Amino acid sequence: MAGAGGGGNDVQWCFSQVKGAIDDDVAEADIISTVEFNHSGELLATGDKGGRVVIFQQELESKSQPQCRGEYNVYSTFQSHEPEFDYLKSLEIEEKINKIRWLPQKNAAQFLLSTNDKTIKLWKISERDKRPEGYNLKEEDGRYRDPTTVTKLRVPVFQPMDLMVEASPRRVFANAHTYHINSISVNSDCETYLSADDLRINLWNLEITDRSFNIVDIKPANMEELTEVITAAEFHPNQCNTFVYSSSKGTIRLCDMRASALCDQHSKLFEEPEDPSNRSFFSEIISSISDVKFSHSGRYMMTRDYLTVKIWDLNMESRPVETYQVHEYLRSKLCSLYENDCIFDKFECCWNGNDSVVMTGSYNNFFRMFDRGYRQDVTLEASRESSKPRSVLKPRKVCTGGKRKKDEISVDSLDFNKKILHTAWHPQDNIIAVATTNNLYIFQDRL
Amino acid sequence: MINTMECAVDAQSLISISLRKIHNSRTQRGGIKLHKNLLVSYVLRNARQVYMNEKYAEIYRMQQYEEVMTVCNEIQELNPLDLAEDCEEQSGDCCGNDGVSEPASLCCALLPVSHLTAVQSAHIQAPSACSAPLSLQSDEVCKETEPSFYRSCCAEAYPVSNCDFSPVNNNLHCNKTTVLDLDTHVVTTVENGYLHQDCCASFQQCCQGAQSPAKKRKVDFEYYISDIEEVPDFTPCKRAKFEDCSYANSEHLDTSNISNLISIFGSGFSGLVSRQADFEQAMNGQFCSKQALASLGAWTRAIVAF
Repeated sequence: MAGAGGGGNDVQWCFSQVKGAIDDDVAEADIISTVEFNHSGELLATGDKGGRVVIFQQELESKSQPQCRGEYNVYSTFQSHEPEFDYLKSLEIEEKINKIRWLPQKNAAQFLLSTNDKTIKLWKISERDKRPEGYNLKEEDGRYRDPTTVTKLRVPVFQPMDLMVEASPRRVFANAHTYHINSISVNSDCETYLSADDLRINLWNLEITDRSFNIVDIKPANMEELTEVITAAEFHPNQCNTFVYSSSKGTIRLCDMRASALCDQHSKLFEEPEDPSNRSFFSEIISSISDVKFSHSGRYMMTRDYLTVKIWDLNMESRPVETYQVHEYLRSKLCSLYENDCIFDKFECCWNGNDSVVMTGSYNNFFRMFDRGYRQDVTLEASRESSKPRSVLKPRKVCTGGKRKKDEISVDSLDFNKKILHTAWHPQDNIIAVATTNNLYIFQDRL
Repeated sequence: MINTMECAVDAQSLISISLRKIHNSRTQRGGIKLHKNLLVSYVLRNARQVYMNEKYAEIYRMQQYEEVMTVCNEIQELNPLDLAEDCEEQSGDCCGNDGVSEPASLCCALLPVSHLTAVQSAHIQAPSACSAPLSLQSDEVCKETEPSFYRSCCAEAYPVSNCDFSPVNNNLHCNKTTVLDLDTHVVTTVENGYLHQDCCASFQQCCQGAQSPAKKRKVDFEYYISDIEEVPDFTPCKRAKFEDCSYANSEHLDTSNISNLISIFGSGFSGLVSRQADFEQAMNGQFCSKQALASLGAWTRAIVAF
């Protein structure tokens, strides 16, 4: 069974690294809640439920082993959000990082946006490898000298020091969202970004924190008439006037900000009619879209609902051009998945660098890749057992009925507590980051 | 049609599970999750639709059977010999007239709204199909049954104007009862061998106007309000005539509860808001619908406070 990979059907995925604690007793604060590569792929950021951001940096390829890609090592760790309490509504605001989005790099420093349910923050991550020495009024340890003892003047000079990575909050965008923020997306103009909650989408300027424009508002006049919420939103990668947002009803709306100030009226509505033979108690839940991502080209977009991944051509609103079944065998288990709340899990999805392969997570620490060109798909597992350096991942198979073959796993044996919700693909290389509950796995293709 | 066979959990337990989820969400860290609760409300609505339709069909079957048996017993006492002849005749007529076939969808307990028009028109066109009837006393029952009895089947203006009230025609037409639920716009057809001849009473008789829908709805919720775990008690309706049944069981009936339940289990959030909710009952861990409503009201107030 060939692996699905970028550009060919013979990509084999190998284990590279795993980050995080080994023990099975997972602290809630360590649960990874978002994973994102920066635009060059050199940096990999993760956010967790405890409000922390950990950034990994890829080491430069060593000269001795030019064929090996560099490893990712911890570059910076900081506490992005703290738990807060809204006294007016008697509500606790979780510090969990919902999304991280990198800004394109403009100078030596790196910038990223991180958000929890209510507040977005712009962080500057900068390196310091020099420090000034030779102050006239201060000793080396920082104590002030007695001015009367100063007899001559000298110019301080920069001396090299151990590399220090500093993260500092440059902007705090607060108090603009009544409901829980689910998405942020940086515009291709690099000046603005959007933030979306359940009912509204706001447009911000990265420089201005005390004002934002509301561009989408689907809150009904009477909350009793509410039938759908916004689940994800993203700017088009090339057209700075275009963005999309998905809904809990399984629809995607494309909006053009040039058309009007308030984009309640969509320019395009993407919706696939429901198959009446599949109607169940849970039809509304499984059709709710959990993630939407534009392709790098900007021509397609991908949506993830509970059981499928769909690729849409922006020029065709009536139905997706491709539909991939992620774990169709779960359709008969929806009742149990509803009882244990797994049916509400929000899986993300991602494109590879040249938009030929898409990836998404599943249960039992499985993740799936779909090669659009070769029409192949593969199921792989992120587990400690297959974590020997450079060991090739073996494709996994779920047995849906009948006799279970060797190496297959039956649906009833799947561990629904081990879920892969967040995955990321390096923008240029075949390197993927896959987050299990509290571990981050990095896989790369075999060179 | 909702595929209710997909899991072992029935509509009733889905309703309790859903209510429990909504209740638990009030105490979850981070505040009420609007998205999740909206999705749970959809499950509640779907489960309610199925539950109500199942219950309604069952109620109706029981009523029909009871009435039929009561009248049959009376008739049997009067003239057992005549009965036997008529029965054979009727059966022959009935079973021989199965030329018009009903669309399968008429027999579904739950229909998507899009099928509704098809069903209605189909029923208008083909009221004469017969199922395997328990048609022993159809003739006499048609004559004897009180007009009020016909109210039971018709939730709204029944679009069958070509039904005569003659015994023969009744026999041909009336082995199915189709009811339009104004609340959920679901058409239910009860057809299982019991006599349903009352469904095709004349237009005027069938339509008692707004009375009927309200009565029907009250019956539904009357059974629903009682503890979910219990099987609803049909006894009151069995003994009384149907028109009385609607007003019976007052210890369970609480008008504000009913109207709140109606609004609560509609679609989307209109199904989870109680306008006049004033429930002060403490939660004691038992998730019968009444107690769960107390939490729903408070939760909705929190939402509205946004």
